[in-house]
Amino acid sequence: SPQVVWSMLGNRQFCSYKMTTKTQNFCRNEYNLTGLCNRSSCPLANSQYATVREEKGRCYLYMKTIERAAFPRRLWERVLLSKNYEKALEEIDENLIYWPRFIRHKCKQRFTKITQYLIRIRKLTLRRQRKLVPLRRKIERRENRREEKALIAAQLDNAIEKELLERLKQDTYGDIYNFPIHAFDKALQQQEAESESDSDAEREEEEDDEDVDKREFVEAEDSELSDFEDMDKLDTSSEEEQEEEEEVEKKASHSKWKGKTPLKGPARRKRPYIEIEYEEETEPSTKTKAA
Amino acid sequence: AGEGSAPVPGDGAGPAAPERVLFPPTFSVSEIKNKQRRHFMFLRWKQQQRKEKLALKKKRRKEREALGDKAPPKAIPKTIENQRVYDETTVDPNDEEVAFDEATDEFAPYFNRQTVPKILITTSDRPRGRTVRFCEQLATVIPNSHVYYRRGLALKRIIPQCIARDFTDLIVINEDRKIPNGLVLSHLPDGPTAHFRMSSVRLRKEIKRKGKEPTEHAPEVILNNFTTRLGHSIGRMFAALFPHNPQFIGRQVATFHNQRDYIFFRFHRYIFKSEKKVGIQELGPRFTLKLRSLQKGTFDSKFGEYEWIHKRREMDTSRRKFHL
Repeated sequence: SPQVVWSMLGNRQFCSYKMTTKTQNFCRNEYNLTGLCNRSSCPLANSQYATVREEKGRCYLYMKTIERAAFPRRLWERVLLSKNYEKALEEIDENLIYWPRFIRHKCKQRFTKITQYLIRIRKLTLRRQRKLVPLRRKIERRENRREEKALIAAQLDNAIEKELLERLKQDTYGDIYNFPIHAFDKALQQQEAESESDSDAEREEEEDDEDVDKREFVEAEDSELSDFEDMDKLDTSSEEEQEEEEEVEKKASHSKWKGKTPLKGPARRKRPYIEIEYEEETEPSTKTKAA
Repeated sequence: AGEGSAPVPGDGAGPAAPERVLFPPTFSVSEIKNKQRRHFMFLRWKQQQRKEKLALKKKRRKEREALGDKAPPKAIPKTIENQRVYDETTVDPNDEEVAFDEATDEFAPYFNRQTVPKILITTSDRPRGRTVRFCEQLATVIPNSHVYYRRGLALKRIIPQCIARDFTDLIVINEDRKIPNGLVLSHLPDGPTAHFRMSSVRLRKEIKRKGKEPTEHAPEVILNNFTTRLGHSIGRMFAALFPHNPQFIGRQVATFHNQRDYIFFRFHRYIFKSEKKVGIQELGPRFTLKLRSLQKGTFDSKFGEYEWIHKRREMDTSRRKFHL
């Protein structure tokens, strides 16, 4: 009898459908009406029981009566409920007409919940679904490792610097930057080759005349550098170079200022700072050289 | 039980006599059952190998020094790039067919200066903070780009609207677990769509020694190492994102560097210290891309015509074969 069943399963012995948690007991039986493990909602401990379950979007009312308790195969009777919500509620009522209030009420509640979640499923499937693609751990690891190695092999900084210098050489920047000394060297060599027949004395005189002018260029050029040390070195080297070079550099220095204005903040701040120092230093040097 | 006993001298103890090549029964370290002894024998064998190798090196070096100038040039070390399997679709710079193809493909209007790039950047549904910030930074890097929040709109419906509003490119950044991990780049008036896997995304604040924010100047573009036909078309896709005339005043450069099928994106500011030295400073976000598929038309996952898909089983078999 159901009381005996309940006294066994509910309290004392083991029920495989029962799941206990800290606060509550749940029942995992598929025919359970509420999902909790209670005396009134245990399908095993009640000889007269009913549930609502859905299959493939259609809801069915399952009923169990005492008369069929001996025939497990025919125990649960199934009734298809209509798709119309109100009609289905009426059908539940008429099928469970003389049944206890609790079961009738819970059946209707369960039916309501089921219809609501079915509606939600239908709405969601109409939207775009997010397709979950499983990651394969081995492949992920392999690809990450290969990416690291490729990064090391790429030597990005060097590659970028090389590319930029290439572009500078090929004159894509035009007149903005002003140290294409290689090009001038080449031009210089060409001119030397052409004018080898000329006397050297002429060239020396030209150089002497240009030296005085070129000293001014030195100041203008080097004042744009951010490092003071570099300027010292460049000072000497550029003077040497300029003694060899021709006047072509004069034009370049004027146009240099256009490109150099958007220097970064600290560099800009440094420039007047450096200029002051420079004037002090070069003036004595020019005087010594002129003399 | 000769093999399992106490340490036996190493294998190949030398022929007894030159005519009768009698080797003792081959004994390999791996056949000893005892793990400790096996380990010991293995270590001994390893030490021996190392000694031999060192001796060989020394000998070679002495020979080299002895020869002096007449020494043969040093051998070039093998790298994966050296050993790369030759791809028959490698583009020869003087190839006319390729040049003709490029003159008539979907990017021709861009390269003929007929269209100005205008880019729409968006994400997948419900982007999280990191992705949103990444989108914003990407928008500062690419001039003339707009970020729009995607509210569950289907891509197929966005695309006609974009075309109507004159956008030339669409970038969709896909997100998973709060980090961006995929990029779909689609050239709009029915241009090719490329789907990339994005990894190691670094936002601006995570980059060390970064400079100030990227300015509004149009950056230059560097495309490195795109050798094959496929690589070429991808390179052109990237080039089509940026305006034609870079403003050199800005001194900014965006680099797409392809190495072993991984495309590294960097954004730098450069300064020429002298004609042989240039300094670069990284601004801007960085990320790496790996091409997953290239479709001919605009984004269409079901009915699209795929020009290239990465098939793992076929394409990942050789370590020296790359496709870009």
